[in-house]
Amino acid sequence: MFIQTLVTGLAIGGIYALMAVGYSLVFSILNFSNFAYGSIIMLGAYIGYYVLMHMGVPLALAVLLSIAGAAVLCFVNERMAYSTLRKRNASSLYFMISAMGTSIFLENLVYATIGSRFYAFPEVLTQQNVSFGGVSIGLLDVFAIVFSAIAIYGLHYFLQNSKTGIAIRAASYDMQVCQLNGVNVNKVIGWVFLLAGGLAGISGMFLGMKYMVYPTMGWITNKAYIAAVIGGLGSLPGAVVGGLILGVLETFVSAYVSSVVRDVFSFSLLVVLLLVLPTGLFGKFLEEKV
Amino acid sequence: MLDYVSGIITFSLIYVIATVGLAVFTGFTGLFSLGHAAFFAIGAYTAGILTYFYDVNFWAALAAGIASSSLVGLFIGYPTLKAKLRSDYFAIATLGFGEAVRVLLENLDITQGARGLPGIANETTLPVVILLTVLVLWVARNFVHSRYGRAAIAVREDFVAAEMMGINLFQVRIRSLVFSAGCAGLAGGLFAHYVSFIQPGMFTAALSTQLTASVVAGGMGSITGPTVAAVLFVAVPEALRMASMWRLVAYGFLLVAIMVFRPQGLFGFREISWQSCVRCFRRKPAAAGEGAGR
Repeated sequence: MFIQTLVTGLAIGGIYALMAVGYSLVFSILNFSNFAYGSIIMLGAYIGYYVLMHMGVPLALAVLLSIAGAAVLCFVNERMAYSTLRKRNASSLYFMISAMGTSIFLENLVYATIGSRFYAFPEVLTQQNVSFGGVSIGLLDVFAIVFSAIAIYGLHYFLQNSKTGIAIRAASYDMQVCQLNGVNVNKVIGWVFLLAGGLAGISGMFLGMKYMVYPTMGWITNKAYIAAVIGGLGSLPGAVVGGLILGVLETFVSAYVSSVVRDVFSFSLLVVLLLVLPTGLFGKFLEEKV
Repeated sequence: MLDYVSGIITFSLIYVIATVGLAVFTGFTGLFSLGHAAFFAIGAYTAGILTYFYDVNFWAALAAGIASSSLVGLFIGYPTLKAKLRSDYFAIATLGFGEAVRVLLENLDITQGARGLPGIANETTLPVVILLTVLVLWVARNFVHSRYGRAAIAVREDFVAAEMMGINLFQVRIRSLVFSAGCAGLAGGLFAHYVSFIQPGMFTAALSTQLTASVVAGGMGSITGPTVAAVLFVAVPEALRMASMWRLVAYGFLLVAIMVFRPQGLFGFREISWQSCVRCFRRKPAAAGEGAGR
């Protein structure tokens, strides 16, 4: 029971970590909460579902297509909603409102065009179990853990070693100095949104398989925000650790206390954490830039 | 037909009350609340439960709704504002608060969970709402023009400079938060006694978003701008019933478009007053250039 709960928690935590990393990536560079991220995840899940069920492509290709689709959407979102604000040096409040508008727009566009129906992935994928030392664990959970680990490590490798990755890290420290040194910041930000969108595609696929595909599934990113706050907004290792901590804690609360208090628990954890440890575990800074 | 029209007016005025409250908070302190639906819900449930289970007088129930939501506003605002959370953290904290309240309402016994409270006495009438809206607008106007309101504007423009001038940042913020929570609670109480059925599903983040959208679209830093926007946001989709599916799509689009093309909102910092209307009409033929410039 204990190990089973732990593994389930890690699987959920892995998905939270994926989302939190995508969210933190944008935060680290533009310093605002990208509320549109949840809708991108939701659309990624829809894309994956559509190509899998209606075009009959194999699962691996469906995941890839969902990643690509979500990445492109995230990129378009940046160019449409944020780039003008960026040029005007608007305060983060305006970015947040714009992001919120995007999220409402996309979510309700799906309502109006596709409808509010819940779609489920075929059960073959979700019902398989593997036995491991006496406990049986869902195959999907194992996949989620492995896949999130690979994706996060891949991102880490990219950020540490590629030229673009180095530019992204530089820009997250100081955009203006970075620009002075001849980095095309516009391009760097485009890359950040593409990467974040890719992570949204993966997490959307997993969420869709584990739960279902429906228009408001993007609200689960609230958990990603909490995870990012636990780790410290804008810090990628923090997002991973925060996601894992939140996933495991939540699963234990719902297994040993009650699944009803789970959400209340996470939100109160958020508020308490903001009060005692406002920068999170790995936070960079808290003071507003003057 | 007359019932229908008065219904729309009542509805929009209820939203106006909540929006004005939020306008005082977001527009005049520069902090962004994503959990105002929770205050709305607390007001609605407090007032609803009091008249439904305990036969309390309507007005007393409304007052209790205002009191409880202000109290919760104080309760949530005290630690978060004391810690000087920067705008994103504060927005996420209020988002979490809103969701937590909704989950609680879904699971408490007295709120009857997701089934909601049916058959609350229908007490909210058009005159009552008009009276209260005027009252709230008047109080908000006085609040904004008072010492506290001017301090709030200073905080919004540059809180570091304001703090150096001796303005107590925390006090200004908490005061406007409590005021706006109270307004949302009043709107909630009126709402509960108007539709006579409340359930947690009515107070989701979509409601918070709608309120914020009205404030942003109307102009942050204005009281009358958000008022007009709130009426438009309720009345126009109501008149175009068949477009209801696309209403929220348009909201979202409008929010992005306003941020991109006109970030100060439709009315900016300006207030619509009797004088500005008169001026607008009088000067147009005489000095068109000056009239257009204002």
